[in-house]
Amino acid sequence: MNNAVIIKNISKKFGEVTALDNVSFNIRKNTIFGLVGPDGAGKTTLIRIMCSLLKADNGEIEFTGMNIKKGSRKIKNEIGYLSQKFSLYTDLTVDENIQFIADIHGVTDFNNRRDELLQFTRLKDFRNFQAGKLSGGMKQKLALACTLIYRPKIIFLDEPTTGVDPVSRREFWIILSGLLKDDITIFISTPYMDEAERFNYIVMMNNGHIISEGTPDEIKKALNMSVVEVVCSPVRDAYNILRKIEQADVQMFGDRLNIVFKGMGADETGIESILTENNITVTDIRKKIPSLENVFIELMKSKDT
Amino acid sequence: MNSIEVSNLTKKFGSFTSVNDISFSVGKGEIFGFLGANGAGKSTTIKMLCGILEPTSGDAMVSGFSISKDPESVKRNIGYMSQKFSLYGDLTVNENLNFFGGIYGLKNERLKERKSWALKISGLENKENTLTSTLSVGYKQRLALGAAVMHEPKIVFLDEPTGGVDPISRRKFWDLIHDISESGTTVFVTTHYLDEAEFCNRIILINAGILIASGSPAELKKEYIDNTVLEITCRETFAVIEKLIPEDFTQSVSAFGNSIHLILKSKFSPQDEELKIIKERIRKLTGDIGEVKIEIIVPSLEDVFLNLLEKRE
Repeated sequence: MNNAVIIKNISKKFGEVTALDNVSFNIRKNTIFGLVGPDGAGKTTLIRIMCSLLKADNGEIEFTGMNIKKGSRKIKNEIGYLSQKFSLYTDLTVDENIQFIADIHGVTDFNNRRDELLQFTRLKDFRNFQAGKLSGGMKQKLALACTLIYRPKIIFLDEPTTGVDPVSRREFWIILSGLLKDDITIFISTPYMDEAERFNYIVMMNNGHIISEGTPDEIKKALNMSVVEVVCSPVRDAYNILRKIEQADVQMFGDRLNIVFKGMGADETGIESILTENNITVTDIRKKIPSLENVFIELMKSKDT
Repeated sequence: MNSIEVSNLTKKFGSFTSVNDISFSVGKGEIFGFLGANGAGKSTTIKMLCGILEPTSGDAMVSGFSISKDPESVKRNIGYMSQKFSLYGDLTVNENLNFFGGIYGLKNERLKERKSWALKISGLENKENTLTSTLSVGYKQRLALGAAVMHEPKIVFLDEPTGGVDPISRRKFWDLIHDISESGTTVFVTTHYLDEAEFCNRIILINAGILIASGSPAELKKEYIDNTVLEITCRETFAVIEKLIPEDFTQSVSAFGNSIHLILKSKFSPQDEELKIIKERIRKLTGDIGEVKIEIIVPSLEDVFLNLLEKRE
């Protein structure tokens, strides 16, 4: 009942390559719904099909409660799409870009909404800047403001924070969570697993198939693993030593290692003694709630990307 | 001798100063991280160091050549790779390597030898005739890096080489960076993934064209976050962050996935009474949102980066 979109048995081939193989899931209204997976998993293909920019070979997409007839052009005013590539006019100003998109969608009284969006995205001081002169984070915020000017019911964001710095990424997320108040549904794909932690629901894809889905908590629980995090040095030596132990997998996270145990038996004392025996300095060691990045690496491990 | 020696480098575009009087040096064989927010002046600096943009004032010696007086020699002695442009999609793997080898003036035996090396490190042996556009991003990035260092330059510049790349491919790419650095090549790299920056020997951070911090990852953490950092894992992270900001114990607070990192105003030992009181206050503040886990953690470079840049806003 509360679904915004129902995706049924979508398949798509490009020549011999199967990009999507019988993919089905539902997107609940007024949630942040996330699509994650390695490059080539089929994420962009799926988003383009959902935005009717690309035709599926098989299957159906139903936008519920939006009164969109199949093939109708009206869908373009109900959905917003933010592509991976910067798609604005670099020689138009911030204001002009928003006005242009409003015009295309037949919105005439956009002035108040534009002020509101510029306030919301903190771009007000830059409204007379040419879009080409904005920084990467600001460009993404402008693209989002353009998408929101015609009040779509659902927006599709294809890796909106790729190439965006950590401070701007966080700002972008605060803006997104604020949007939910406006009764919007947000569909988003990202290669950043820390961002995926904030999705209400996640579909994880690989090679055109869904390999896991649920809330972040459900996805973690399904894998039934426990994690020890250790900050130590030299970290690469520690990595090579721990890789040899059989009961766990080791993942490198910058200056620290995550040792992933199947089941709940994470053994930090065992790890610590192996490291000290090998003359590794351990600064900190603790049990940790598994992150989605831990899960992702475990699920993808077998696949050679 | 240093691999790169930057002195008072400045670039102005009209009245706008993109890079403002920065100086630093990069040692031979180092993995050197160049960090900053979008629009901080990173790309402008890299363009100058690669000899394709003339500085307004100041100079840099790259591999012994001046970027303002002898940019052509600079270009011949470096390798460059970015996420945005690297290879031709409509050429095969073999054709791309021939093309780059040709640009770098490699011939005959040397070309053959370097090509097989590039194929080996990118894991594309026996895939020479594959069309490059059909490779996954992970392979493309490794091949692009191989192509960029085919002529064995003393320095390679990598401009956001892993942007948009999934967690597993990113890790493989960094294994390769380590191999290249161990063979003696200096690696100058920019990234927005702060876990990757931890792998650098040294880092500089720029903001609005000005150098604001430099050092090894360990030095940066010690210098900029000596206080206790708490990780708070709970629901409704953004709402909790809003509540933590005005508290008198808060120095800075940021979202990290499904948890919050809170930098306190002083340094506590785990058994400190005052710390226990702060933890109690946090629990009270979060109210009725279910389980709240609070732990002392060792800060990461991402904590340092956020702390330094948010302070400046």
